[in-house]
Amino acid sequence: MRTSGAARIGQYTALLGYLVFLAFPLLWLISIAFKPPRELGSPHPTWIPENPTLDNFRQAFDEQPLLDAALNSLVAALGAAVVAVLIATPMAYVMARRRTLLSRAATGWVVVSQAFPFVLVIIPLFLVLKNLRLIDSVPGLIMVYVVWALPFALWMLVGYVRAVPTELEEAAAVDGAGRVRTLVSVIAPLLAPGIVATALFAFITAWNEFFFALVLLKTPEKQTLPVVLTHFIGAEGVADLGPLAAAAFLATLPSLVVFAIIQKRITGGMLAGAVKS
Amino acid sequence: MRARWLTALVLCLLMSACTGDGGGSDDDRGRITLRFQSLAWQDESVAVNKELVKEWNATHPDVEVEYVQGSWDSVHDQLLTSFEGGEAPDIIHDASDDLADFAYGGYLADLRELLPERLKSDIPQRSWETTTFGDGVFGVPFLQEPRVLIANAKWLRESGVRVPTTEKPWTWEEFREVAEELSGDGTYGVAWPLKEPVSATLNLSLSAGGQLFHRGADGKVEVRFEDADAVVPETVRAEVNTDRSAPGTTLGSGGSDTLPGFFGGKYAMVPLGFSYRQQIVQQAPKGFDWQVLPAPAGAEGLTQGVSPQTLSIAEDSAHKEEAAEFIDFLLRPANMVRLALGDWMLPTGTEALKDPALRTADYDWATGTALAEHLRSAPAQSVRGYPEWKDKVATPAFQEFYSGAIGLAELRERLVGDGNLVLARYQR
Repeated sequence: MRTSGAARIGQYTALLGYLVFLAFPLLWLISIAFKPPRELGSPHPTWIPENPTLDNFRQAFDEQPLLDAALNSLVAALGAAVVAVLIATPMAYVMARRRTLLSRAATGWVVVSQAFPFVLVIIPLFLVLKNLRLIDSVPGLIMVYVVWALPFALWMLVGYVRAVPTELEEAAAVDGAGRVRTLVSVIAPLLAPGIVATALFAFITAWNEFFFALVLLKTPEKQTLPVVLTHFIGAEGVADLGPLAAAAFLATLPSLVVFAIIQKRITGGMLAGAVKS
Repeated sequence: MRARWLTALVLCLLMSACTGDGGGSDDDRGRITLRFQSLAWQDESVAVNKELVKEWNATHPDVEVEYVQGSWDSVHDQLLTSFEGGEAPDIIHDASDDLADFAYGGYLADLRELLPERLKSDIPQRSWETTTFGDGVFGVPFLQEPRVLIANAKWLRESGVRVPTTEKPWTWEEFREVAEELSGDGTYGVAWPLKEPVSATLNLSLSAGGQLFHRGADGKVEVRFEDADAVVPETVRAEVNTDRSAPGTTLGSGGSDTLPGFFGGKYAMVPLGFSYRQQIVQQAPKGFDWQVLPAPAGAEGLTQGVSPQTLSIAEDSAHKEEAAEFIDFLLRPANMVRLALGDWMLPTGTEALKDPALRTADYDWATGTALAEHLRSAPAQSVRGYPEWKDKVATPAFQEFYSGAIGLAELRERLVGDGNLVLARYQR
């Protein structure tokens, strides 16, 4: 089927419009991050700062421990992603392959648990972590993030496991491979795109998470980036806009970088083997 | 074997569940450590708070204060969780209108016996009322700000209108006339940033004698919307919908959102909190001439409702007396002045208010200081159920009223009828 030139221009225009729409908040954030205070109050805001400055970045770093906070966020997010995937992969395999009433109930519970609001669980969670002496510690926060990400990670991975034909496992069994060997050597490589996507989901969720980090971490040196960002906001929502934008821009960078690196791998993996040669 | 391990693990968890530690901590040398959670956020304000903590620590080797940065954005949920978990900071910075639930919930210490006479007598009774819940006092009010009119001084001068002073402010009627006079083609006399319409309306309504919340002899509160309560809402509505001296577009905006239009000569005046001066100093174009005017006065003069910033002590703190001593240190007149200057707000202390730095004409500090004696406890301060009434009933009702969608009768019906149903649930 051939697309006419006019239709193609229309498609590209719509796509471009959609991309601009999606990129608008980030571009505006970058614009603000480089504007001096007087331009922030300008009645005629411009996309490109007239007198671009790095003062907002300087001020943001001077006022708040952004690097320490970023490191804390990175440790928490990477820890959550790795542990969530390590736990979710074998669980997902069992849930996908053993279709019992229990596994169906577990899947249902996973979906329902996503609807719990944070405030419902935070106080019991706080008490449990306190008694485990894990309040005010990054490992405690990682534990919470894993628990929080696990249901959805599991749900995602179950779908990926189901897409792997059981005939491959049967062939491995014929060749003498046991359950664990089959999972590690046969299933896991085929699940790689799913595992990467799940890890990415767990990483981004933990990287952006605010409320648990706010409540669980008391020592200023242990606070994560989203918590530190709120220190630029005052009563009644008044904000130190320039430094806030500069810090927020820096906070979005790791997510963008991770996406940029992994995106090809996800789509490549997903499409691998889709067409018989 | 496995069952035995499991039993041991469960027992360990249960044992640890039964242990807990109170606020504050003592080190091996007997030194006490107090945690002070501050909500200071502006650069100067954070610096002053940290400096004061440093000064305290230098002179009090036995009681060390640890500065912890909190944030206004989420302080209520964060404190609530900390209180429930027995991990609250010893000294808590908050706003008086956030304290009611914590005070009635038993999370905050009653300060009446803890504070020194010097501090008690330095802060006027009208300010103490903002932190008095039931029989106790649960916070020290230390910084507050009136709502003022920030005006384009050049525009005002050139128009020839009478410029109000704290001695001779505009009446609400006069303010409406002036706003209309200052309006022109595509420009407006005033812009009302009413993203949060309820507290702004209620606090300003005190000037006209509006009370809205009335406490009976039995201690129960009921909503009544009387003629005095209608003065401010009707003025705003008329400016937006009848006189067209105020744009409807800013009704959903926050204070900062109106500043670009103000700097750009679209609005002659913007009602804002006194501390907004800092943003104006930072962001106004070079040469922009602005000044602070008192908010209009009604039958009660310049009276206004405020919810001051407060310092409280957690009931769970193991070192309440030391925490009270730190608060006393932090709020000595000279220190209160430093805190006020850092936050661009007014101190509540009478001694601090006398400081020349707060009576200067620079940035119109003197205008704000002259308003201090007119500030009262916000009407909703101690009303249980107010947050729900505000969010579910009053905010949409005021928004619809100001935009012209409903009339005064409908506004009254909703504030009173629906409002009392909400409050009744909290007062059974």
